[in-house]
Amino acid sequence: MRIAIASGKGGTGKTTVATNLAYVGSRNGRSVVYVDCDVEEPNGHIFLKPDLDGATPVGTLVPKVDESKCIHCGDCGDICQYSAIVSVGDAVLVFGELCHGCGGCSLVCPSGAISEVLHEIGEVHVGSTGPLAFAHGLLRVGQAMSPPVIKAVKAAAPAADLAIIDAPPGTSCPVIESVRDCDFLLLVTEPTPFGLNDLKLAVAMAREMKLPFGVVINRADLGDRETHLYCGNNDIEILTEIPDDRKIAESYSRGELAGEVLPGYRRMFETLLGRIDLRAG
Amino acid sequence: MKIAITATGANLEASVDPRFGRCACFLVVETDDLSFEAVENPNVALGGGAGIQSAQLVASKGVTHVLTGNCGPNAHQTLSAAGIVIVVGCSGVVRDAIEQYKAGQFAATGEPNVASHFGIGRRGGR
Repeated sequence: MRIAIASGKGGTGKTTVATNLAYVGSRNGRSVVYVDCDVEEPNGHIFLKPDLDGATPVGTLVPKVDESKCIHCGDCGDICQYSAIVSVGDAVLVFGELCHGCGGCSLVCPSGAISEVLHEIGEVHVGSTGPLAFAHGLLRVGQAMSPPVIKAVKAAAPAADLAIIDAPPGTSCPVIESVRDCDFLLLVTEPTPFGLNDLKLAVAMAREMKLPFGVVINRADLGDRETHLYCGNNDIEILTEIPDDRKIAESYSRGELAGEVLPGYRRMFETLLGRIDLRAG
Repeated sequence: MKIAITATGANLEASVDPRFGRCACFLVVETDDLSFEAVENPNVALGGGAGIQSAQLVASKGVTHVLTGNCGPNAHQTLSAAGIVIVVGCSGVVRDAIEQYKAGQFAATGEPNVASHFGIGRRGGR
């Protein structure tokens, strides 16, 4: 089973929920892998402290032009939707950072002038922490496209009965890539106007993708009641409410898992995992 | 001399558009007699690559010089590959800017003067 944790808004507690679910699942005898798909700023490792293997480079294929074979027909530039390759004057320019790696230019080139070369954009690490398997990816600073790294992290993650997918914030391509094949999507939000606004976007995404989903409200006793009302009015199940508890903040700031050091929260995350099991079963 | 100048409207009395890739309009002007063709810019709202597409567009018009306010790195590279001379720092009314250029008040720039995505109207962010 694959459970993805997403949010819309950043900073609502995705990683707190994801790392704790992975922890309690693995401590209760299940085979679990935690997969950090927030490759722009992964932080699950801070709490899970895995031993990691060496880095595996990840890249996209970008065109390389043999100018001696180029007949400057411009077909490569015409097929490219991102202006990543253009034939202008007597030169062909390649803008690697705009290339999405589709290979269209090399397919349409009538003179065989275009080959594809690997353009490294990040790396993947796998490892483990106790009985819990672990994988995360790192997008290289300055690179704009994270989905290829996310795809690589998911492919490299060790096989397990339960995969906990920690998605990046937002509702754009990196999130879609992270959650697309999950069995259940957990949306973590906070009861604030910003949290609610972005929760609505995430709910629209989940419904468009036809993914079964439920909501966790974090810091549930601050803010207002609008998020509760919205969920109630739209048949959205609130699976757990996590209180705004200083003890959680303190354990977080020390890089500790609330589910490990605070027994009451271990039970909370076990209950949450059980509820998801029932719904995704 | 045939030049392209970025403009906010389709005539010589319009203002110079400070953006290259996402300007409203390109005026392709014959500087000898100020006869011109107005080309509405189809790249204003492109997600990315507007500078590259616009550079290709003006290159296809056979111009030798581009007059604009600002030019980013990708547009600069594409225009340079097409052998087009780039003049940045132009502003005010298009007709005046052309006259000022003819009078030698602007120099060509050998490098981009703004970063990528200058013309998107926001800085940084995602």
